[in-house]
Amino acid sequence: MANVLVFSDKTRLAAELITAAETIGDAVWAVTVNDEMQARELASYGVKVLKIDVPELCLADTAAVAAAIYQAAEHAAADTVLLAANRAGKEIAGRLVQMMGAGCLADVKAVNTDKGEIIGVRNALGGATVAEQVIKTAKKVLVISPKAFSPAPQGPGGSMEDFSVNVKTPRVKVVETREKKVESVDIEAAEVLVVVGQGLDGMETLAQAEDVAQKLNGEVACSKPLATDKKWLSEARVVGISGKICQPELAVIMGISGQVQFSVGIRDAKTIITVNNDENAPICEMSDYILTADMNQVLAELSKGL
Amino acid sequence: MDIVVAMKQVPDLQQLRIRNREPVMADVPLTFGKIDKNALEAAVLLKEEHGGEVVVVAAGSEELEDTIKEAMAAGGDRSIMLADDKAGDLDSAESAEILAQLIKQVDDCGLIIFGEGSGDNYSGQVGSRVAEKLDLPQVGSVTQIIIDGEKLRLTRSLEDSVEIVEVMMPAVVIVTADLNEPRIPSVSQVLKAGRKPKEIISLDELEQPAAEKTLTTLSNLAPEVNRKRITIKSVEELVEILKTEGFVGGN
Ligand SMILES: Cc1cc2nc3c(=O)[nH]c(=O)nc-3n(C[C@H](O)[C@H](O)[C@H](O)COP(=O)(O)OP(=O)(O)OC[C@H]3O[C@@H](n4cnc5c(N)ncnc54)[C@H](O)[C@@H]3O)c2cc1C
Repeated sequence: MANVLVFSDKTRLAAELITAAETIGDAVWAVTVNDEMQARELASYGVKVLKIDVPELCLADTAAVAAAIYQAAEHAAADTVLLAANRAGKEIAGRLVQMMGAGCLADVKAVNTDKGEIIGVRNALGGATVAEQVIKTAKKVLVISPKAFSPAPQGPGGSMEDFSVNVKTPRVKVVETREKKVESVDIEAAEVLVVVGQGLDGMETLAQAEDVAQKLNGEVACSKPLATDKKWLSEARVVGISGKICQPELAVIMGISGQVQFSVGIRDAKTIITVNNDENAPICEMSDYILTADMNQVLAELSKGL
Repeated sequence: MDIVVAMKQVPDLQQLRIRNREPVMADVPLTFGKIDKNALEAAVLLKEEHGGEVVVVAAGSEELEDTIKEAMAAGGDRSIMLADDKAGDLDSAESAEILAQLIKQVDDCGLIIFGEGSGDNYSGQVGSRVAEKLDLPQVGSVTQIIIDGEKLRLTRSLEDSVEIVEVMMPAVVIVTADLNEPRIPSVSQVLKAGRKPKEIISLDELEQPAAEKTLTTLSNLAPEVNRKRITIKSVEELVEILKTEGFVGGN
């Protein structure tokens, strides 16, 4: 039956893609770009690795990377390609599907198969709904959400072969790369989240939120505007469709209206407590306990009272 | 040199209601996606510095003729759109085919800006698909755009690194929400918006038919919400709940 090819320049994500690929294909192939270590590691998971070593092939040149993956898919006779739904992966996807004449599902969080058909489960309408969709075309690209699958375990039968590709003259030139100071916080793993939104009045109250989170053995998380517009918290703490999808035991949600793009990231929490000064905010609909009050005052009191 | 911005008309999800787990789309007003508005703002700022025109391209139902005024009020100079009630629910493949054809009508196009994901589907495919169709280089996750002669200097923000990249124009640039704060149009800008030049075509007038749908949706339902919705009156009560639920005290 079908061969499946996976690619992500992030080894951890590639390992997750291998797990996903094993649920839908018979033979799993992987392709790596200028990364010997990744090639070895993926081979140790029992897959056939096509190892590309072409220094001119730059990961920032999405068109060139997509063309290389396309050639690898042809070589592996893979009709289905899996990519990771991180920023680079999603960017490659559109280009690759167009080259392959494939159909594509992005941000896939679960994959089911039914009579040879691959059914992708993904959030739709900004996260308001969950859709089950099938790609009708023979060739398919699925872009899989990070952490939707666990990384593949070590396994036998892997191999590694050098693979040469034709690359056009690079059109995108990287002049500088800076590592981001990535906060190591993992809000997806936290059992308790104190989630703050635009109702937060400033850094002082944020410190109180941190104190409260600590007292509850949890982490502070936030809605997107607090990271992207106000820049009070880092991107790593954003809950929602373009942030993290969390399932804590307890979420204390403060000063957040509950737009769908946010709510999708927290609706699977076991218990939700909401503090909002508007009793009609949509977030109240999806809460277990609702306190209509000024969140900043509540944080001050909680910080003292816990 | 003109700057093209591709925008998607989407339902205003703040006004979406769910009934029996089904999204009720009737009467939900249409608007442009939030990140598309960041894309437009980026184009307008570049135009103010370098000249040229901001051309908005879009494809959607016939209401687009009205929705497009939002973009004209916020700084767009003219629009090229496919407005057709048979195009109310395009998938990424169809949108890309149509937008590529509309963009080809802009003669002196230096850069084409997309938002990183639409307000409704957030798949983020169309920008890359269009770049491939037009055989243009692309850079995504862009948080800053600088025009330097024939070249673009772009800041690309990935999860764990920031890259400064250069690319020759014309190029496709896909931006994130954090590169600017879209302006709020003044009343006079809103009033003038309807008079800006526009070109409108229907599906039959496309040079090539839009691609066929590549997806089938088996189901699309809101998850079940089953919450207690208990009103509490004070912080003391909140602390009590935290205690009974086992999050403070006792450990
Ligand atoms: C494509 C796309 C992707 C997106 N992805 C995400 C995402 O991943 N995550 C995300 O969060 N958003 C995302 N958004 C944005 C989202 O639509 C909302 O704009 C955002 O979630 C709103 O954040 P907020 O609730 O903090 O702010 P607001 O909507 O402004 O709500 C603030 C709330 O605080 C309350 N409030 C104000 N003052 C106080 C006070 N003193 N005390 C108590 N309550 C107070 C108000 O009543 C209101 O309910 C996305 C949008 C788009 C278009």
